Amino acid sequence: MTEAERLAAALLEQMQAAGAQPVAASILQPAETLLDLYGEDIRARAYVTHDPSQGEMMLRPDFTVPVVQAHMRIGAEPARYCYAGPVFRMQTRARAREYLQVGFELFARDDPARADAEVFALFTELLQEYDLRPVTGDIGILKAAVSGLETSPERKAALLRHIWRPRRFRALLERMGGHGPLAEARAELVQRLETSSAQAQIAEAGQMVGLRSAAEIAARVDLLRADAETPPIPQMQVAKLEEILALTCPATEALAQLRAQDWPALTPALDRLEARLEALAAAGIAPADLPFEASFGRTTMEYYDGFVFGFIAASADLPPVATGGRYDALTAVLGQGRAIPAVGGVIRPETLALLERKV
Amino acid sequence: MSLKLGVPSKGRLMEKCFDWFAERGVSLKRTGAAREYAGAVDGVDDVELVLLSASEIPRELAAGRIHLGVTGSDLVHEQLADWQMQVVELAPMGFGHADLIIAVPKVWVDVETLDDLDAVASRFRAAHGFRLRIATKYHRLVREYLRAHGVADYQLVDSQGATEGTVKNLTAEAIADITSTGETLRANHLKILRDPPVHRSQATLFAARHANWAEAEQAMSDLVARLGLELPEGALP
Repeated sequence: MTEAERLAAALLEQMQAAGAQPVAASILQPAETLLDLYGEDIRARAYVTHDPSQGEMMLRPDFTVPVVQAHMRIGAEPARYCYAGPVFRMQTRARAREYLQVGFELFARDDPARADAEVFALFTELLQEYDLRPVTGDIGILKAAVSGLETSPERKAALLRHIWRPRRFRALLERMGGHGPLAEARAELVQRLETSSAQAQIAEAGQMVGLRSAAEIAARVDLLRADAETPPIPQMQVAKLEEILALTCPATEALAQLRAQDWPALTPALDRLEARLEALAAAGIAPADLPFEASFGRTTMEYYDGFVFGFIAASADLPPVATGGRYDALTAVLGQGRAIPAVGGVIRPETLALLERKV
Repeated sequence: MSLKLGVPSKGRLMEKCFDWFAERGVSLKRTGAAREYAGAVDGVDDVELVLLSASEIPRELAAGRIHLGVTGSDLVHEQLADWQMQVVELAPMGFGHADLIIAVPKVWVDVETLDDLDAVASRFRAAHGFRLRIATKYHRLVREYLRAHGVADYQLVDSQGATEGTVKNLTAEAIADITSTGETLRANHLKILRDPPVHRSQATLFAARHANWAEAEQAMSDLVARLGLELPEGALP
């Protein structure tokens, strides 16, 4: 047994002692579910293989999806699950393609703040012998800020869709503020579309080909025209949003700074943050010392939409030792209507095995 | 031991490649019977000509079975993961130009840029229940490009030929393919997005990082001098 396997077994045992029920998941997962959730990008990160009768399959890139599916089938609530086993990630450089993950997931409808705190406190305890930097964030605050912009529902939806793709998010925000190359291209397009009716332009463009119908095209032309009439998002608000995205400070101070923005749209999300910090304090974690980074978790594919956290080794160039967060929306997608608030995280024992324990 | 130079075994790419070397005082020619894939090099000693399909040259370079190879940059970038780790680009050769582009139906009067394509992909998925399909054989290049530009809600479907026809045949909503003049696209009622292309390809001379260079050192330095190339510092062991 390797050191990492020994650590994985010990962590799993501790998770069981914390009330989690161990679950297993197949290594081969249907690719379609994962592709629909994560998009085509996951093909660059997961191994795809082909089964003659079941079609495209993936070597599991994580346990979250099969564990959520298992819970949807059998679960009583609230439920705590733990698991350990290899996951597979395609790499181009000399990084591990196959590595162990030990994870803990908590499904609970009541008191999300306490559930968040329970998971974070458990991970803190499991990892207490190592010299790690914890970091926390909250995607829910970013979503609330976007939803609170003074602009059309279509623009908010477009921004929310791209919270996890910072580059496109920034380009969209710039366009909606009326600046930059995308705004210019859009203005030209709309100007051209103004010259005659959508139907006339579609007819003029030539033969109709493809599944996308003339009605769909015309509907978007109408949307583009309406969007051109929508005033730019006020510069003040864009600046506020940028300020929130850049926020990095201890959690207690972050809460105070966000409250000081005096942005009513943020209030429910900030109330949730405050409740979480209280729950963390009650679980023995001091929020005044807890690092908070508002943009943490934005570039991972993990689909987190609320509280997010990580534990990062002080020595550089190691993958995070642990990551996790809340993923309520993902359970709604997988449950096809049924949703269950969920929060969890994973630990990488191989990375832990490279670290020295504190004496 | 000799230096192995892989070049395309037929067609205009081979002829242009031979011309390029000839202009620099190195004569490449096919030898033997008309259909025999054998060749010879004059003008530099100890260089062996290996005639290969252009699409196999990236793989042979990566494996180090040839030292140098001429092929389209699109093929190298598409076929080799992390291509810079495996080959060195020695010289763009100024022919075989083609752009890898994304094209959509001309009737999509509301779409001109990737920004539009992304917005349409989102609406298409909501309306049709599946992700907008882009037909291509350049999976890696197209996926990396769309990922870098933050496009979501699409899927790549494989098309190894007649890609421009997939939209009309309702097996894709858009395509990503190589084009030089755009004529086939127009004939199939498609138009190119206004953004810079996914990749601008041309015939390129590559060197294999993992070939056995000890055996080809002298031939390489003669050839480099003859061709007037500058080797990047520390490019080859």
